[in-house]
Amino acid sequence: MKLKTTLFATSVLTVFGGAAVAQMANDMTIVSWGGAYQNSQIKAYVEPYQENNPGVSVVWDESSAEAVAKLRAQNEANNVTWDLVDVTAADAMRLCDEGLALEIDHDTALAPAPDGTPASEDFGDMIVSDCFIPQIAYSYTFGYRIDAAEWNGKEPTSICDVFDLEAFPGKRSLEKRPLNNVEWALICDGVPRDTVYDVLETEEGQARALAKLDTIKDSVIWWSAGADTPQWLADGEVVFGSTYNGRLFSLIVEQNQPVNMMWDSQAYDLDGWIVPAGLPEDRLARVMDFLYFATDTQRLADQAKYISYGPARKSSAPLVSTHAELGIEMAPHMPTNPDNAKNAFVINYEWWADYRDDLDAKFQSWLAQ
Amino acid sequence: MTGKQMSDQSQSAASPDDVPIAETGPVLAADGRPLKQSLNRALRRQKLRALMLIAPLLIFILITFIAPIADMLFRSVENQIVSDTLPRTVKELADWKPDDAELPPPAAFAALYTDLFIAAEEKAHTRLGSRLNYEATGVSSLFRKSGRRVDNLGEDYVDAITAADAGWKKPGPWAVLAETAGSALPRFADVWGEFARVAKVNDKDPAGEKPWELLFVSLAEDLRAGGAAAYDGPLKRELDQITQALVEVAPVDYQAALVEIDAGWADRTVWATIKTYAPRFTPGYFLNAADMHLGPDGIALKPENQRLYVMLFQRTLIMSLSITLATILLGYPVAWLLANLPMRISNLLMILVLLPFWTSLLVRTSAWKVLLQQQGVINDILVWIGLVADDNRLVLINNATGTIIAMTHILLPFMILPLYSVMQTIPPSYLRAAKSLGANNWTAFWRVYFPQSVPGIGAGSILVFILAIGYYITPELVGGTSGVFISNRIAYHISTSLNWGLAAALGAILLAAVLLLYWAYDRIVGIDNVKLG
Amino acid sequence: MSALPPYTTIGQRVWYYAFRVIVALILFFLIAPIVVIIPLSFNAEDFFTYTPGMLALDPDAYSLKHYRDFFTNPDWQQAMRNSVMIAPAATVISVGLGTLAAIGLSQSHVPFRRAIMAILISPMIVPLIISAAGMYFFYSRVGLQGTYVGVVLAHAALGIPFVIITVTATLVGFDRSLTRAAANMGANPITTFFKVQMPLILPGVIAGGLFAFITSFDEVVVVLFVGSAGQKTLPWQMFIGLREQISPTILAVATILVAVSIVLLTAVELLRRRSERLRGITPH
Repeated sequence: MKLKTTLFATSVLTVFGGAAVAQMANDMTIVSWGGAYQNSQIKAYVEPYQENNPGVSVVWDESSAEAVAKLRAQNEANNVTWDLVDVTAADAMRLCDEGLALEIDHDTALAPAPDGTPASEDFGDMIVSDCFIPQIAYSYTFGYRIDAAEWNGKEPTSICDVFDLEAFPGKRSLEKRPLNNVEWALICDGVPRDTVYDVLETEEGQARALAKLDTIKDSVIWWSAGADTPQWLADGEVVFGSTYNGRLFSLIVEQNQPVNMMWDSQAYDLDGWIVPAGLPEDRLARVMDFLYFATDTQRLADQAKYISYGPARKSSAPLVSTHAELGIEMAPHMPTNPDNAKNAFVINYEWWADYRDDLDAKFQSWLAQ
Repeated sequence: MTGKQMSDQSQSAASPDDVPIAETGPVLAADGRPLKQSLNRALRRQKLRALMLIAPLLIFILITFIAPIADMLFRSVENQIVSDTLPRTVKELADWKPDDAELPPPAAFAALYTDLFIAAEEKAHTRLGSRLNYEATGVSSLFRKSGRRVDNLGEDYVDAITAADAGWKKPGPWAVLAETAGSALPRFADVWGEFARVAKVNDKDPAGEKPWELLFVSLAEDLRAGGAAAYDGPLKRELDQITQALVEVAPVDYQAALVEIDAGWADRTVWATIKTYAPRFTPGYFLNAADMHLGPDGIALKPENQRLYVMLFQRTLIMSLSITLATILLGYPVAWLLANLPMRISNLLMILVLLPFWTSLLVRTSAWKVLLQQQGVINDILVWIGLVADDNRLVLINNATGTIIAMTHILLPFMILPLYSVMQTIPPSYLRAAKSLGANNWTAFWRVYFPQSVPGIGAGSILVFILAIGYYITPELVGGTSGVFISNRIAYHISTSLNWGLAAALGAILLAAVLLLYWAYDRIVGIDNVKLG
Repeated sequence: MSALPPYTTIGQRVWYYAFRVIVALILFFLIAPIVVIIPLSFNAEDFFTYTPGMLALDPDAYSLKHYRDFFTNPDWQQAMRNSVMIAPAATVISVGLGTLAAIGLSQSHVPFRRAIMAILISPMIVPLIISAAGMYFFYSRVGLQGTYVGVVLAHAALGIPFVIITVTATLVGFDRSLTRAAANMGANPITTFFKVQMPLILPGVIAGGLFAFITSFDEVVVVLFVGSAGQKTLPWQMFIGLREQISPTILAVATILVAVSIVLLTAVELLRRRSERLRGITPH
C-alpha cells in the first residue's frame, strides 16, 4: 500500500540517517529452506553480521516451503512472528499481491553497488515484485550416476534422455508436482520451447504432457523434499533425478559421489527475501539493518563460496571466487554462468498462478491411477 | 446399598398400601427431615462434587480441542469472501440468470469497478481470485490483473474535476463534502464510508488522506445524475462548477473499460461463477471432496481425469483394513504365547512389545526408511542369501507396500495389548477340557478358545483401524505416491495449495468416519476398557 | 503349557517348535528396526546405509561424530531445550486436570458419564492431522499460534486421554471402604485424599504422567502446525532432517530417544507392579 511505503521510507531514513535511531530488537526469526542453502546464508550473512553486532541472536525456521500458508495464518492472528522470509519469486509475488509482504524501495533500503550504481539497477530485472529482494538464481536440473551399468558408459546430454528408457534404463526421480515436469514432457514431445505454455493451456496439451510422462511413469520415484534426490542418487536408488543445482553440487563436489550434472533445459528460477508486513518498529528496524548488510555486493558474492547459486547482483558476479573449503573455482558451477545458461528454460509464473490448481488436480489424479 | 435402591425403598415407605410402615409415617433422618429428601440431597451433592472435579478438565478440552475442531469444520462451508469482497456486484447480479445468453447489465460492471477498486486498496482481490480459481481456472490472474489496472479507469473524471478546481486534489474538500452530503450524493457517501474504514484500519485520519480516484468517479456519477441540485451545503457552488465541467466529458463505459483491461470480463462463465459462489455458505467444498463440482448448471461429476478424492478415501480404507488384518495375523500368536507363558517369561517378552510402543514414531519411521530402500538392509540381505538378483531388487519403499509394512509395525502393539488382556482372562482349563473330551488341537482352539478371544480381536481391530485411517507422518515419509492417505492430501491443501476450505471438508468427512468407528468402539468395547500396557 | 509332556506326537512337537519360531520372528520384526538404527548412528559416513567398512567391523568406519554434532549444533540444542521445556509443562497440566477428572469420573453417580468420557478420550481418537489443522486455524485467531503457551496447551490436550485411562484403571480396583473408614475415624476429605487415596493411585498418576510426557516429547504433527521456529522440538527437528537434510545426526538422536524410552518404559512397568501390589491384586 502506498501509505505504508511512505511510512516505511521515513522509518528507513531515520535508521540510516543516524538521527533519532529507532530502538532495534535483538532477536530475529529468519525463515529459510534448511540444508546446505541455509548453511550458506549463516556463513555468508548472519555470522559476519553478528560479528559486527554482538548481541543479536537469530532463530531459524525451515518453513519456506509453507511460507505463504503460515504468513496468512500469522496475519489472520495479527501476530507476525517472522522477521525475514526466504521465498521463491513466485511466492514473493503472491505474498506481495495479498499485502502480506512489505513493499520495499530498493534504492533506499539496499546498498548501492561499490561503483555507486543504485541497487535497483544492480539487481535489474531480477526484481520481479516490489516486495522481493533477490538473493540468488538457481535451477532445477538433472543429476545422473556415471556408473550405471546398463548405460554402457554413455552419458545423457539432453533433457529428453530422461524420457528415453531404452538408452538410459533405470529409476528416475521427479518432483511430485506438475511444475517443470509437464514443460519438460512437452519439450521432449516435440513442442518448441516458446510455445510450451500456449500448448499447456489447452486440454489436449495437458493430456499430451501427461501421456508423455506416462511413458516413464513406472520408472519414476516422486520426490517432495529437497534431500530426496541427492540421497537417492548417493544410495543408487535412482540413476537420474531432478533437484536444485546447489544440492547436486554439494553431492558431486563436496561429498564426492559418482554423479554428474546435466545443463539442458534446466528450469531457471529466483529466490530472495521478503519482509512480512505489520512488523513492530523495533523489529523492522533490525531487519532492515540486517538486509542492508546481507544483500550488499560482497555478501552476495560470499554466499557463492558455500553453494553454487548465482548471486542476484550484477556487481557480485566478478567477485565470485573459490569454494570456502575446497578451493575450486565456483563460477563454472553457477546457473548464471553463460555456458550453463544458454539452454535454460524460464518458468512462467503468471501462467502457473492461473493453472496451478487445475493442473495439480489433474496431475494428482493421474499419479494416483 | 446404592442411593437409588434406598430412595426406591423410601418411596414405597410412603405408599399407603404398606400398612405397618405407613402407621409410623415417613422415615426420618437424624436431622428430622424425611429420609428420601435427605438422601436425594446427598445424591445431588455427590453428583455436583463429581461434576466439579470433572469440570475444569472438560472446559479445558472444550476450549483447547473441541472448539478448534468445530472452528475448522465451519471453514468447510464458509464462503463469506465473495459477498464480503464484491458486495455491490453480488447485489446487482441478483436478477441476472447465469444461463442467460447475455452478459450481466451495465450496473453490474459499474458495481464491479467499485468493488474491485476497494478490494485492490485492501489487497483483498487476489485472495478472492485464488478462491474463485478453485472453481474456474483463469480467474486468479483476471483479478490480479484487473486489480492492478483498475486505478486508471476513471482518469477522465479525475482530470475534469481537478481542472475545474485544483483544490480537489487535496483531502480537505472531500472531508467537508462527506459531512454535508446527506442523502444527495448516495454513491459518494457509500465510497466515502469505505475510504474512511480503510484509513482507520491503517490508523489514519480519513480527513487527512489522499483521496482515492474512486471518490472522484463516484462524485462524478452522482453529479451526472443531478446530485448537485439536491445538495445543500457549503460546497454547492463548487459542485455546480464540476457538473458544468462534466458535460464536456464522455461518460465512462465500465463494461468496455473492464473488458479492455482483461477480456475475461466478457466471458459469461466468470460472471456465472461469481453468482454461483455468492452465497455466504457453500456446499462447494464438500462436493469437491466427493469429486463433484458445483457449476452454474448445478452439480455434476468432475471429468474422469480430475477425480481423486473418492479413490483416495477408498485407498485409505482398504489400506487401513489390510494393516488391521496384518496386525491381527501377527498379533494373535504373540498375544497367545504371552498369555500362556509363565508370568516371569511373558513379562520379559512383553518388553519387546512395549519398547516399540514407547519409541518415537519418527524413530521407527526413519528406521523403516533405512531398512526398506532398494540399497537398504533388507534388500542387501535378500541379495546376499540369493533370493533376489542384485539388478532386480525389490521395491519396498515409496509405495503402498512400504506404508503397509511400516504401519503394521507401528500399530502392532495396539493389537497385541488388548488381545493379551482378553486372553489372560481365558482359563487354560477350557482347552484342556475340550481336548480330554476328544477334540483335536485345531477343533479345541477353533471351537473353544477362539470364540472367547473375539472381543480382544474386536477391540484391537477398531483401535488399530481408527488410528490407521488418520495417519499422516508415516505415509508421508515412506508412502511415495501410491501409499499416501487422505491425511496427506489434507496437509497438502493446508500448507501448499492453501485451499483451506477443501482441507476442512476432507477433514470433516474423515472425522465423521472416525467418530462412527469411535461410537462403535464405545458400544462394543466401552471407552473405559481401553488399556495401555 | 511350558514343557511338553512325554506323550506328544511328532506332529505336535513340530508344531510346538514351529509356533515358537513364528512368534520369535514376529517379535524380531517388532524389535529389529529399532535395533538396526543404533549401529548406523555410529556411521562415519554421512548416509543412512551400512558401509562395507561397517560390515567388516572396521573401527575406522565407526565414529561418534553424529553425537558430537547433536551436542554442539545450536539447532539441535535449541530443539532439545524446547522439548525439555514443553513436555513437562504439558504433562503438569494433563496430570493435574486429568487426575481430578478421573477421580470425579470414578464416583458412583456421574450424570452423562459416557458422553463426558467420550469427549475426554477424543484427543486420542481424532486423527492428528485434523486436530493439528483445527488448532492451527483456531490458535491463529486467538493469537496462540507460534507461542509456547499454544504448543503446551495443545500437547496437554493430547496427553489427557492417557492420564484419564491410566488413572481410572487404578481407581477401578479401589476399595471404597478405605475412604469411608478414614472418614469414620475423623479424617476430613482433604486429609483422606492425600493420606489414603493418593498413595494408592499415585502409581497410576505417575504412569499417566509418563504417557503424557512421551506423547508431548514425541509429537510432531501438531507442533509443526501450532508452533513456530521458536518452539522447534526434537521431533520437529528430526522431521525436517528426514525431509530436507541428509544427516545421520537424526539416527544419533533416535538412539538417544530409544534410550529415553527404555528408561520411561522401565519406570512405568515398575510402577504398574507396585500399584498392583498395593491394591492387593496379585499377578495371576
